[in-house]
Amino acid sequence: MESSTPAPANPGTSPLRVLVTGTSGMLGRAVAQRLQDAGHHVRSLQRRAVHDPWESVQGSVTDAGVLTRAVDGMDAVIHLAAKVSFTGPWSEFQSTNIEGTRELLAAARQEGVPDFVFVSSPSVAHFGSSIVGAPAGAADPERARGFYAQSKAAAEQLALAADSPNFRVAAIRPHVVWGPGDTQLVERVVERARAGRLPLLDGGRALIDTTYVDNAAEAIARGLTRMDHAHGQALVVTNGEPRPVGELIAGICAAAGVPAPAFSVPGWLARGAGSVLEKAWLAAGNRGWVNDEPPMTRFLAEQLSTAHWFDQRHTHDVLDWKPSVSLDDGLAKLSDHYSQHL
Amino acid sequence: MVAEAASVLEIPDPWPGVKASWRRTLSVPSTSAVDSPGTRHEWHFLDNAADVAATVAATGVQPAGTLLCVHGNPTWSYLWRTLLSGATTGATATTGPWRVIAVDQLDMGFSERTGTFRRLEDRITDLGDLTNALGLTGPVVTVGHDWGGIISLGWATRHRDELAGVVLTNTAVHPAGFSLPPALKLALHPAVHGWGTTTTSAFLRVTHGLAQPPLTPDVRAAFMAPYRSVSRRAGVGNFVADIPATSSHPSWSALDEVSSGIQTLGVPALMMWGPKDPIFSDRYLRDLIHRLPQADVHRFEGASHLVQEDRDIATPTFDWLAKNLVGRGHVPAIPEATREAAYSPMLAELDARCEDTSVAIVDMAPGSASKVSNTLVNRSASWAELARDVDDLAAGLADLGVTAGKRVSLLVPPGITLTTLIYACLRLGAVILVADAGLGTQGMSRAIKGAGPDFLVGIERALAGARLYNWPGIRISSVDFPGVTGSSKRALFNVAATVPEIMAKGSVLRRSNPASAFTPAAPDDDAAVLFTSGSTGPAKGVVYTHRRLAAMRDTLKATYALKAGTGLVAGFAPFALLGPALGATSVTPDMDVTSPRTLTAAALAAAAAAIDATVVFASPAAMVNVVASEAHLTPEHRTALARVELVLSAGAPLSEPLLAEVAQLAPNAAIHTPYGMTEALPVTDISLDGIREAGVGNGVCVGKAVSGAVVAITALNPDGTPTLEPSTAPGITGEILVAAPHVKARYDRLWITQEHSAAIPGWHRSGDVGHFDDAGRLWVEGRLAHVITTPAGVRTPVAGEQAAERLPEVSRAAVVGVGPVGTAAAVVIVETVPQTKRAGLADTALAAAVRSAARTVDLEVAAVLCIPEMPTDIRHNSKIDRAKLAVWASRLLSGGRAGKP
Repeated sequence: MESSTPAPANPGTSPLRVLVTGTSGMLGRAVAQRLQDAGHHVRSLQRRAVHDPWESVQGSVTDAGVLTRAVDGMDAVIHLAAKVSFTGPWSEFQSTNIEGTRELLAAARQEGVPDFVFVSSPSVAHFGSSIVGAPAGAADPERARGFYAQSKAAAEQLALAADSPNFRVAAIRPHVVWGPGDTQLVERVVERARAGRLPLLDGGRALIDTTYVDNAAEAIARGLTRMDHAHGQALVVTNGEPRPVGELIAGICAAAGVPAPAFSVPGWLARGAGSVLEKAWLAAGNRGWVNDEPPMTRFLAEQLSTAHWFDQRHTHDVLDWKPSVSLDDGLAKLSDHYSQHL
Repeated sequence: MVAEAASVLEIPDPWPGVKASWRRTLSVPSTSAVDSPGTRHEWHFLDNAADVAATVAATGVQPAGTLLCVHGNPTWSYLWRTLLSGATTGATATTGPWRVIAVDQLDMGFSERTGTFRRLEDRITDLGDLTNALGLTGPVVTVGHDWGGIISLGWATRHRDELAGVVLTNTAVHPAGFSLPPALKLALHPAVHGWGTTTTSAFLRVTHGLAQPPLTPDVRAAFMAPYRSVSRRAGVGNFVADIPATSSHPSWSALDEVSSGIQTLGVPALMMWGPKDPIFSDRYLRDLIHRLPQADVHRFEGASHLVQEDRDIATPTFDWLAKNLVGRGHVPAIPEATREAAYSPMLAELDARCEDTSVAIVDMAPGSASKVSNTLVNRSASWAELARDVDDLAAGLADLGVTAGKRVSLLVPPGITLTTLIYACLRLGAVILVADAGLGTQGMSRAIKGAGPDFLVGIERALAGARLYNWPGIRISSVDFPGVTGSSKRALFNVAATVPEIMAKGSVLRRSNPASAFTPAAPDDDAAVLFTSGSTGPAKGVVYTHRRLAAMRDTLKATYALKAGTGLVAGFAPFALLGPALGATSVTPDMDVTSPRTLTAAALAAAAAAIDATVVFASPAAMVNVVASEAHLTPEHRTALARVELVLSAGAPLSEPLLAEVAQLAPNAAIHTPYGMTEALPVTDISLDGIREAGVGNGVCVGKAVSGAVVAITALNPDGTPTLEPSTAPGITGEILVAAPHVKARYDRLWITQEHSAAIPGWHRSGDVGHFDDAGRLWVEGRLAHVITTPAGVRTPVAGEQAAERLPEVSRAAVVGVGPVGTAAAVVIVETVPQTKRAGLADTALAAAVRSAARTVDLEVAAVLCIPEMPTDIRHNSKIDRAKLAVWASRLLSGGRAGKP
């Protein structure tokens, strides 16, 4: 399977062979790139044939044969692949996020891969109210909000339950990852703002901590080298720079050269409207009337109108790491990205 | 003789906070008169004996003694659960564990329903029967609440050999003084009594409802548990009926015996009180203080009858026991500054000048500000007149019952009358209470009630307040009530006498008995209670002894080279009152003293002109207005101000530009601004030149320690708590410590607060944070309670605030933390120019500007908020209530409603 001689690794660390799933996304790609740059051997698992700068196995995470091939000979797995959406039927979240994780865990354990990093989300322990400087809470599929968070919570539980001395599993939960090329947060914000469809909730006052993509990738890669400390734990990763969400959005809009939201609606109203729209869009989608996302969902409204920022001290200790790109530097990089691409 | 019954013991951990192993029952032979001989009763009580045995086995430290806890009506031993659990924790590691026995009195809690009517005498005997059956030996500390307080003290008076101390919480022992509060009168009324106390659970529910904050449902249920049925509640009704409200009551003599017997107990006493108690109010606390003058007292401002539920009483109880009953351990070195200096009484200067006919004191007439050579008549007194009036007033007050140690609340504006009253009280050894209008009406009311004056002297407005808010103390009017309405006003305000009457009476008395002299107060007797401004919680009473007041005078004299004969303008009350003690001629300018901002430049200049003053004391708020009204000065005014050699702006820091404007008004004066607090006035001093030399830094530079004072810093732990190790090393931020002969003696009736402030022997913990620079100057960085513990380290507010205030669009800034200790996020709240109309997020440009300004002082800012106006204290209108702002900002930044801070 080895395709090339590994580049020289960092002094003192031996090159690892790492399977990274979800490299089609911004964060997965950043993680794979970072590992490769550090001299590790990277293999990706891709649904479709792509031209990656690293070894790639083609197939679905729900196909056991594919998974066995993918994990074969690996020193570690970093599992990022997931269905990330505010909408969609539960069955899709379940099969991709829960069953996919279950299968991958089983395959990795069976093939004797010693380390497994499950990339999770703080939303697995966000139950709709504010999180103010709290440490990582326990994942709870019953109380998490929305299908995505519920399925990730169940998957994280599966992953951490599999942790053992011979098969070490850590969960890393980067919070609201953004950066150049981000289709999840940045593109949504920019598109809606450009269309004048992006309100602030409660004046955008809720304090939210986010993660610049390079920092998230760093922390995930760091998880591999600190596995002896991190295994068995869920670690929230952020920039450690809580900001009012209105300011963050204004910053992203400014970087993309679109006008910042100029109107605000009360949070309670948006949460209520989100619930209604979500159901309406789901029903309409089932009938083939719409194929886009609703303008507001309850999950999104909660995310935008409640504080969620975290105590990073434990994460910094366990990973022996601190973020290297500040929020303002990240916004500058985003601005560069847009000025080059527009 | 000792037989354990199993029935009630089978329920494991049935109530929150109670261990099943604590529950015991015991069959006890009764010797009470109400029972026939041979009667036995089944007692239920909580006893941590097993915990104590386990602790002794584990640590080898022997038990310190026993707490015997007696509940009142209608509670039960459950009330004392925190003492049982606290008795074997780390809090008692050095002293050894305490055994705690909390009884359920007969007919109460889960003890037997005897079917008898047990009176106070029976109940005291019952308790002795139980302790006999238990074989309880000393040392025993009794602990009581409500009517259990009397019963516990009854046990104490009859077991003096075993008794080591008494602890009391909201109770009363005074038979003669009982005028029952309306709530109890109603409860005792025959039409209500049986229905309210026994037939229904109304009395129970009302009592439980007094808790502040309210009891949780499970705790409420636990209090109700033994009283679920009418038959279970018979004891509750009987207890209420046994209150000896009049001397004809059968329990009167038993109560009388207890209330007089406790005066000879001679053991340490601790009283913890919830002042919001509608029944056992402050008056009963004051009565107990007179009976047990050795007591340490702590009033939990805001707590009510169930003080055990409202506040943590266990921690202070075991602290107090450790300090008072088990020995204080090692005595560390005391700082040099607190060693005793030569003592000269406050009245020494006045006595020396009793023949001097030169002017001692002047009150500027209202309206006098408009002219320098005025046609209006200023009131003045010579030294001889002042000395005579002080002694006349003292003699008259003594005749009215004002004796050494009595507390006299002075609600009189600064001027000759107040000065005469102060020195008359000092002459008598009476304790003056100075609660100023700067506390706000509610704050002043709390302060007066808490300090509990025996006498209250006031102007008409104060007497009206006394009537409205029911302030304690025999009322004295500062002036006569002339004319036809005079007598009705006297009656309305319930005035016993007026100051002119008392002075006249005193004059007569002194002439008829010229040989009589006043006994000078002992140097370490209490002299005065001053009040903190209340910007950091309810105003605290601060007690000064005669020695410490005299030391304050000496410090001012030495620091500012004040000579006898100096003329000073008294625009800042605390220092102004020292005029006669300093031998300085003082003048009170024409202003509304309740509002310092009403002092105009012209009024100040006119006052200075009246006595050729060379020294001006003023508050910062007054200075702001003086500078603002400078345009109205006449050439004569300017001439008078040009004679001034020293301007002292005390109370809160003033900015350099404002001080520079003051310097222009008084071109020949040195401008000084002392730093201090009600607990230590002053601590350091800096001149305008010194401020300029110090420049910009982390905080406000307040200069170096004044004469006689020593300042140190105790560095902070990462969680923002002080390490309690004094140091003078530069560059270390920590809590500011003060040692000086003029530091307060103690806080008044705030034992816990006092212990906290004196945790480092010899030092007063100021609650401020700051650091020394390389030149040894002190910089104040804010309040300890306002320190922000960010993940990057501890940050103090002032430097960030100053950085933000240097932006042109920011008029005032506050830096607060939101989020948990250790990982807090810093938030800057600003008042803007022009003033914002609605509170909310700052716009992007302002937020970015504030952020980069804050970065210059190494402060990372999470959010910038705008607010129309900051909440500040009333006295100085300058101390921003950062704690309140932090709560507001937390709410705002987690999606809550904006509202007001």
